[in-house]
Amino acid sequence: MSTPLFEYLLRLGDDRLILGHRNAEWCGHGPILEEDIAVANIALDQTGEAQLLLNLAGQVEGQGRDADQLAYWRDETQFRNLQMLELPRGDFGFTMVRQFLFSAHAHFVLEHLAKCPHDDLAGIAAKALKENRYHLRHSSEWVVRLGDGTEESHRRIQAALEELWPWTVELFFEDAVDAALKAEGIAPNQADIKPKWEAMTAEVLTRATVEPPKGPMRMVGGRKGRHTEHLGHLLAEMQIVARSHPGASW
Amino acid sequence: MTPSTRQEGTQMATETKPAAPAEDPVKLAEFEARCDRGETIEPKDWMPEKYRRQLTRMMSQHAHSEVVGMLPEGNWITRAPNLRRKMCLIAKVQDEGGHGLYIYCGTETLGTDRTELIDQYLYGTAKYSSIFNYPTLTWADIGVIGWLVDGAAIVNQTMLAHASYGPYARAMIRICKEENFHKRQGYELCATLARGTPAQKAMVQDAVNRWWWPSLMMFGPHDTNSPHSADLLRWKVKQKSNDDLRQRFVNLTVPQAQAIGLTLPDPDLKLDETSGEWKFGEIDWSEFNAVIAGNGPMNRERIAARRKAHEDGAWVREAAAAYAAKHQPAAGQAA
Amino acid sequence: MSTGPNGVGEWPLWEVFTQAPGGKPHEHAGSVHAPDAEIALQNARDVYTRRGEAVSLWVVPSGAIVASAPGDAGPFFDPGNDKPYRHPQFYKTPRGVKVF
Repeated sequence: MSTPLFEYLLRLGDDRLILGHRNAEWCGHGPILEEDIAVANIALDQTGEAQLLLNLAGQVEGQGRDADQLAYWRDETQFRNLQMLELPRGDFGFTMVRQFLFSAHAHFVLEHLAKCPHDDLAGIAAKALKENRYHLRHSSEWVVRLGDGTEESHRRIQAALEELWPWTVELFFEDAVDAALKAEGIAPNQADIKPKWEAMTAEVLTRATVEPPKGPMRMVGGRKGRHTEHLGHLLAEMQIVARSHPGASW
Repeated sequence: MTPSTRQEGTQMATETKPAAPAEDPVKLAEFEARCDRGETIEPKDWMPEKYRRQLTRMMSQHAHSEVVGMLPEGNWITRAPNLRRKMCLIAKVQDEGGHGLYIYCGTETLGTDRTELIDQYLYGTAKYSSIFNYPTLTWADIGVIGWLVDGAAIVNQTMLAHASYGPYARAMIRICKEENFHKRQGYELCATLARGTPAQKAMVQDAVNRWWWPSLMMFGPHDTNSPHSADLLRWKVKQKSNDDLRQRFVNLTVPQAQAIGLTLPDPDLKLDETSGEWKFGEIDWSEFNAVIAGNGPMNRERIAARRKAHEDGAWVREAAAAYAAKHQPAAGQAA
Repeated sequence: MSTGPNGVGEWPLWEVFTQAPGGKPHEHAGSVHAPDAEIALQNARDVYTRRGEAVSLWVVPSGAIVASAPGDAGPFFDPGNDKPYRHPQFYKTPRGVKVF
C-alpha cells in the first residue's frame, strides 16, 4: 500500500531523474563547449537529487527498494514525473525554456520543503534549493539572451514557449496526496506558489521579449502515471542494460 | 579520456602552408639553449615559426581528440545501468569537454583562435586521435575505455606536463589531476564486471579484445616512422619517444589485467626476464593507417556528429553575441 | 570578433582567477569564451570550479590585461636579484638568541 509520502517523494524524484536524463543527452552535442559542461553540471545535480529522493522514497516504502530499483525496474505508468519533462530535448532554446519554467517552480517548492518538519526531506530540499538557484540563474540568463538575441533566436524561443507553456498547468496539480502532506505541513500549497511563479516567469519573459500563448492548457496526468508516448522510449533506453542482466551488480 | 594525438605521418601529406621561413640563427640558438636548460617558453617569447606550427598542430589535435572523445562514451550515458555509474560517466565525459576547452585556450595563445581551430578539423584536414573512430558496442566498453584508453593517455600526459611550452604544460597539470579518477573508475568498472555474472565477464573480455590494439596505436607510429618526433624531442615538447611510452603503458597494464583475471589478445605477450619488460607483438599498422586516413569504423559518424552539434549551435552563439552587442557593447570590445 | 565560415566568430576570451578556500590569493586558472560578463562568470564557474576548488571567482576580459613584454624581463626583474638586504637571511642574529 503506497502512502502519500512515498507517492510525493516519487513525484519529486522522478521529475529530477527524467529531466536530468534529458539534459544529459546534451553532453557532447552542445552549441559551444562551455555549454556542454554547464548543462552536464545541471544534469549531475538533478540525477544526484533524484538518487537521494528515490532512496528516501524506498525507505519510506519499507519494501527494501532503493533508488536504482525504483529508477530501473518501474514501468511507464509507475512513473510520476511531470509530462513536460519527458518531452525530447528539442533545440537548445527548448531545453533552456523548459529548465527555466521548471526551476522557477521548483524554487518555491524547495524553499517550502527545506523548512518542512520531515528532517530527511528538508535536508535534501535544502541541498536541491541551492543547486536549483544556479539552474534558475543559468536558464533564465539564457532565455533572456536567446529571446532578445537575433531574429532567429527570438522566433525559436517564442516557439519553445508556445509548445511548453500549455504543459505548465501540471506544475500546480494537486490531489489527495498533496492534501494529506499539506495537512502534515510538508507539502506547499500550490495556490500560494502560482502567483509567485507567474511573477518570476513574467519578469524573465519580458526581458526576453517573448510572450506566453493565450490558448488552452494541456490535459495532463503525469502525477497519476499517465504520460506522453515519449516516456516509454526514454525508459526503454535508460533501463535496457540493467534489465538485460537481472540480479547483476554494476 | 585524454589521448595522445600524434598522427604526424598523414599530416605531412595534407600540409598546405608554405615552408617555415629560415630563422635568425642567433635567436634560434638562444631559443634552443633555453629549451635545453629546461626553461618554460611563454606565449610572448620569441619562438621559431616551426615550433609555433608544430605546437599548434599537436595541441589542437589533442583538443579535438578530447572533444570527439566525448562521443563514444557519451553514447552510453542514457543507458548506464545504475545511477552511480550514470553520474560517474556524465562527470567523466564532461571532464573531457573541459580538457578540450583548456587545451584550446592554451593553443589560442599561439595565435590561432578557437573557431579557426575547430573549422580545421570539422571542415579541413586537421586530425584527432584515431582511437575515437572505434564504436562503443557494450556497457563494458565504458570500463575498458577508462582503463586502457585513459591509461594510455595518462602515460602520455604525465610526460606532456613537463612540455617546454608553458600554457600546454599548465593545461596538462590540471588535466592530469582531474584524470586520475577516469582511469580508476574504468578499472573499477572492469573489475566489477570481471567478477560478475558469466555474461558480464564475457562482455568485459570481449571489450578488452577489441580495445587493446587500438590503445597501443594511440602512442603513434614507431619512432623510426614519426616525422615530427625529432623536433618535438629537441624542443622538449616531448621528453620520451612513442615507443618508450608505449612500452611503459604495456608494462603498467599487463599486471592490472592479470589482477582482475582478464587476458590481453596478444599471443606474443611475454615477460622478458632480463629487462623486466613485457614484450608484445607487432601492431597492425595497416589498420592504424586506414583509420587515420578516414576509413575507420566510425570516422564519418564522429565528424558528422560534431558538425551537427557545431552547426545546430550556430544560432545560439550568434544570439548571445547579438544580445551582448545590444546590451553591453563595452564587454566584448575590451577583449 | 572575427566572423568565420560558420556564422559568428568566437566569443571574446576571458581570463579566470579562482580563490581557493582559506584566504588564499586569487590565482589564474585558465580562460573561457563568453559573450558577456554574466556568461563569463557562469562559464568560469562551470569549467573551473567543478571540484570545490574555489570560494570566489574573477573574470577579466583578456584584452584588459596589461602584461610585461619578454624584452622587459631584464630591466624589470634583474635589479631585484642583487638586493640581498631585502631578505631576512641577510642579517645576523647574535649567538644565543634562539627565538627571534
